[in-house]
Amino acid sequence: MADTQRPLSPHLQVYKWQVQMVSSILHRATGIALSVGTLLVVCGLLYLAGGEESFNHFKNLIASPVGLVLLVGWSWALFYHLCNGIRHLVQDTGLGYGISQFVRSSWLSAAGSIVLTVLVWAYVLTAGGAA
Amino acid sequence: MSAKDAVVKDRRNPLKIARGLGSSQSGVGHWWTQRVTAVALLLLGVWFVVTVLCLLHADYATARAAVAKPWNALLLIAFVLTMFWHAVLGMQVVIEDYVHVRWKEVVLLLAIKFLAMLGALASVLAVLRIALTP
Repeated sequence: MADTQRPLSPHLQVYKWQVQMVSSILHRATGIALSVGTLLVVCGLLYLAGGEESFNHFKNLIASPVGLVLLVGWSWALFYHLCNGIRHLVQDTGLGYGISQFVRSSWLSAAGSIVLTVLVWAYVLTAGGAA
Repeated sequence: MSAKDAVVKDRRNPLKIARGLGSSQSGVGHWWTQRVTAVALLLLGVWFVVTVLCLLHADYATARAAVAKPWNALLLIAFVLTMFWHAVLGMQVVIEDYVHVRWKEVVLLLAIKFLAMLGALASVLAVLRIALTP
């Protein structure tokens, strides 16, 4: 916190948890996670450019248990940020600020992200597993 | 020296001195660029996910050939640049919101810009190497 002696206004801990609050916090959290996740894209391209041996090494890395956990996490983060990002773009036009609409769209982006993640991983599994 | 004295001495329009001061500075530039890159990433991100899923069990030669296709190489570079641009804009807001010690804030802001630039350049070089090497 800032080195200040001023009294500060109440922060997160005094509020009851609500879905609108969670959707906003998750948008930031997934944004930070995806910023770290850019490493995966860079690594994939560098390993592919590095030749056959390094590409196979990359495939083994992402098919390892840790790699799979990261992939599932990042895919959900991507889909959440995507769905909630669309919601924010719609809200930027001034729409959807009624309390009930706001709550409904929060749930909608959460549900959408889970549906998309499940669909993608169902496809991966039916196609015979990752990598 | 007051602003009025400065005007007389410099013979500049007062607007010239006021411009760039105040809380607005670059105005809505950051906000708008974040939205523009967001819309671009909607399209490029979905394309990227579909492309990766299509290459699910691809061996080295297939994956390389796919990236080397002109349209794929072009869109891949566009995706990577937009991704890092959007990430820097977002991380900048997060750092400005939560890091309250000025020198740490500046160091972090510089660090994410440098890292993103390195990541973007490395990705572009990798794509070009794949696309241009026979």
